[in-house]
Amino acid sequence: MRSFKPILLVEDDTVDAMTVKRALNDLHVTNTLVRVTNGEQALEHLQDSANAKPCVILLDLNMPKMNGVEFLKIIKADNRLKCIPVVVLTTSKADQDRCECFNSSAAGYIVKPVDYKGFVEAIRILDLYWTLSELPDCDFEEKDVELLSASDKRDCQVL
Amino acid sequence: MRNLRPILLAEDDSVDAMTVKRAFSELKVTNELVRVINGEEAIKYLKTHTDKKPCVILLDLNMPKMNGIEFLHVAKADNEWRQIPVVVLTTSKDDRDKVETFKFSVAGYIVKPVDYKKFVEAMKVLNLYWTLSELPGNAPENTAVELQKTGCTGTGS
Repeated sequence: MRSFKPILLVEDDTVDAMTVKRALNDLHVTNTLVRVTNGEQALEHLQDSANAKPCVILLDLNMPKMNGVEFLKIIKADNRLKCIPVVVLTTSKADQDRCECFNSSAAGYIVKPVDYKGFVEAIRILDLYWTLSELPDCDFEEKDVELLSASDKRDCQVL
Repeated sequence: MRNLRPILLAEDDSVDAMTVKRAFSELKVTNELVRVINGEEAIKYLKTHTDKKPCVILLDLNMPKMNGIEFLHVAKADNEWRQIPVVVLTTSKDDRDKVETFKFSVAGYIVKPVDYKKFVEAMKVLNLYWTLSELPGNAPENTAVELQKTGCTGTGS
């Protein structure tokens, strides 16, 4: 990946999560992989300011509690989180899922290849693309605002 | 690309547009490349070519009349157009441009490499990714009603 920030993987299936981890290791992708098991946990993770914001979110769709589509709709409506690219990584080939995800501006929709070689190849292309593509510093505007408010405070003290 | 629908390139610079065309030919990308010269023309294309909806939009940022960010304002507010992945292809490395376009959920932001070989390599990765990734497309007839409820109707291919 272009950035050193972590990759957030939202995946309820442990075997699938291990496969992603193994593929990233095999490809020498050095970003930390943070895994949560459903959309609700992912939101909690993202909303906790103690956690570094991920450079990319890899999102499974069929999960308990809060599924992928529900999660996608929520973060794309959140001004602080909407700029993080979300790539769907699923077994679902359903048109409804694909359509809903692109409607909510997913930045890719990858159907998990069943065999491991195919899976590594998919993750290789994903890594190539998100190394080529710039990634936003989502805290950029917040920093701007903080700087502004800090200078406002200074002004007040002077006054 | 994964499907054979056209790629829409919004680019005011003729030399840059020719470079994209040349790179795609070299990479044997068979999708038709439709070029428009600003955001306004891109909107016009989307309005008038509903049967030839692009699979991907490649978007320059600095363009006259309607620039890339203004185009995103319009396109991402439309229920059908918002589905089409938009990849920014620009010379701008400005952090503000990156944050602002990703807030419109662009599906990538590529700073044009100056060197032609590197440019071809970038287009190769772009093509690999959008061949691996599914693209928004046709909904089967039997679920059309259900899909309509969520705005997920077929887009034609």
